[in-house]
Amino acid sequence: MAPVAAGSDVAQPAGDPRAGLRTETAIRPVLHVENVVKTYGDGDTAVHALRGVSFSVERGDYVAIMGASGSGKSTLMNILGCLDIPSGGRYLLDGVDVSRLEDRRLALIRNRRIGFVFQSFNLIPRTTAQANVELPLAYAGMKARERHRRARAALELVGLGDRANHEPSKLSGGQQQRVAVARALVTAPALVLADEPTGNLDSHSTAEVLAVLDRLNQSGRTIVLITHEPDVADHARRLIRLVDGRIVTDVRHRPLPYLQRTVTVA
Amino acid sequence: MNAYETIRFALRGVTANKLRSGLTVLGILIGVGAVILLVAVGNGAQQAIQRNIEALGTNTLTITSGGGRNAGATSRSTQLTPEIATALVNHAMAPDVISASPVVTTSEDATYNGTDATISQFVGTVPEYLPAENYSVASGAPFTTSDVTAGRKIVLIGQTVQSDLFPDGGAVGKQITVNGTLFTVVGVLANKGSAGFADPNDVAIAPISAVRASLTGYGSVSQIVVEARNADRVDAAQNEVTGILNTELKVTDPTNEPFRVLNQAQLLSTRTNTLKTFTVLLAAVAGISLLVGGIGITNIMMVTVTERTREIGIRKALGARRRTILTQFLVEATVLSVLGGALGAIAALVGAQFTIAGIAPAIVPSSVLLAIGVSVAVGLFFGSYPASRAASLRPIEALRYE
Repeated sequence: MAPVAAGSDVAQPAGDPRAGLRTETAIRPVLHVENVVKTYGDGDTAVHALRGVSFSVERGDYVAIMGASGSGKSTLMNILGCLDIPSGGRYLLDGVDVSRLEDRRLALIRNRRIGFVFQSFNLIPRTTAQANVELPLAYAGMKARERHRRARAALELVGLGDRANHEPSKLSGGQQQRVAVARALVTAPALVLADEPTGNLDSHSTAEVLAVLDRLNQSGRTIVLITHEPDVADHARRLIRLVDGRIVTDVRHRPLPYLQRTVTVA
Repeated sequence: MNAYETIRFALRGVTANKLRSGLTVLGILIGVGAVILLVAVGNGAQQAIQRNIEALGTNTLTITSGGGRNAGATSRSTQLTPEIATALVNHAMAPDVISASPVVTTSEDATYNGTDATISQFVGTVPEYLPAENYSVASGAPFTTSDVTAGRKIVLIGQTVQSDLFPDGGAVGKQITVNGTLFTVVGVLANKGSAGFADPNDVAIAPISAVRASLTGYGSVSQIVVEARNADRVDAAQNEVTGILNTELKVTDPTNEPFRVLNQAQLLSTRTNTLKTFTVLLAAVAGISLLVGGIGITNIMMVTVTERTREIGIRKALGARRRTILTQFLVEATVLSVLGGALGAIAALVGAQFTIAGIAPAIVPSSVLLAIGVSVAVGLFFGSYPASRAASLRPIEALRYE
């Protein structure tokens, strides 16, 4: 069966999560989804959330995935975030096939390679911004001092250096979401995955958070953003539309950063 | 995630809802406290009884007539007499016997100066009886062998008798009327602890000759109290005494003796065993409350896990492993139970300073260690189900949970 084969061909590159990164940066896409299918239930009651989705995201890209509710974009988000595994097809994250990994390995992948930004912020309550940002580093087993330094730097980056010791309840929605962004990027993940990051924010806070994401992308972070707001999607370089579990359009608005010298299509 | 981090996360979880954590801790506190305190009460009772029996004298044997089913059918005498007591003090045949005191006991009304009192134990005996039964004279002087020989009507009275007849003190030298006979009080006995229901201070001790002459008549004696060389030689003394008695009373069937030899040491061990059972029973009852406290931990941890499902989802999304989540909640449960255990131990130590139901509790150190150890185990055991539920939550479902 597949898991054995997949396991063995994954074993090499996964040995050290960061080893291959520098040398293969140019050649390997950050994520590569190949004919991914997700079905809930079976028989007559089966729900086909994804009916064969294929696309690749290059390093440094900023992709917005749009679709009406029920289009499968949340399912796709869960699979891209390694929170769920596809029923069929292949998903390579940073060159590693993660579609058939066991629970423990998935936790490791989520920790090292993915940074999440959720619609409802999902900060740990009654815990300072600093501690929230440190959390993924703590799970990675980093020493307290180094963790502290990096979390501090990440908070500075999102413009909240002076709010490090505030608890989430003492921060505005926009500030909370920026803390979440800091938490997502503190591990220097291959991919920042944002699920409707502005869905719960007013226009001012939306602008703040999007500015932070724009800045991140300009400094080279790969971002995949799920949204149903066209204004938000406009910030992305590339727009993918999902309808009924299939990609209907895949349009590039702006070039990839390292392709900027070539002529832009679309 | 090192141990320090894990414990810090757990402490944060515990302090997040102080009232709820406090009530859960209280459950364990009561359980552990009850175990330690009730074991201490049982132990205290045991020690008290032991002290009292030792005060009665653990190196004595009490011989009473009785037993011997067909004794009445034979013509031979099976009665105990002062002569038998004399025969028991035999250095050749009974090297472990120091003294043998014949004792007659009666209950008499005594009067002094219009005050009446019933002396429940009016004892007639010889001077050797006093050391054998651990009586000492607080004021005045004990009677002597010559008093016994002369049949002088003198008496030593216990504390209860003194307070009944001489509320103002000054008993020594006064004459009390016992059943129409005048006895002169020559001394007052020191206070003596109780081993049973009878008040050992409600006693009067007089020379056996005087008591037989004026109160009981010259029948058999009620008992013979034998003092052994020391507590270790009581069993040997018992064998020697039994041998002499068999010869004196011409017993042919040793399984059917017309007398009984009561060994205080045996009585002590019987009582101690009874109290041990009693202590175990108390500990078992307390253990049940510890169990209930443990169920309280499961309950509160289930609530915590449900309430923090979303948080668990976030942690999993951020890369927390199954084991990390499991450890976090297990440690949280254990922190609750250890806190309860430690506070329970302190509460029990404080409670043990007071007298409970007339018993001064004596803390058993091993029960403290055991109860705290058990409380840790309780935390791990009762926390494991909620913790494993938390650990096995699927991140997407946990994140979606409202």
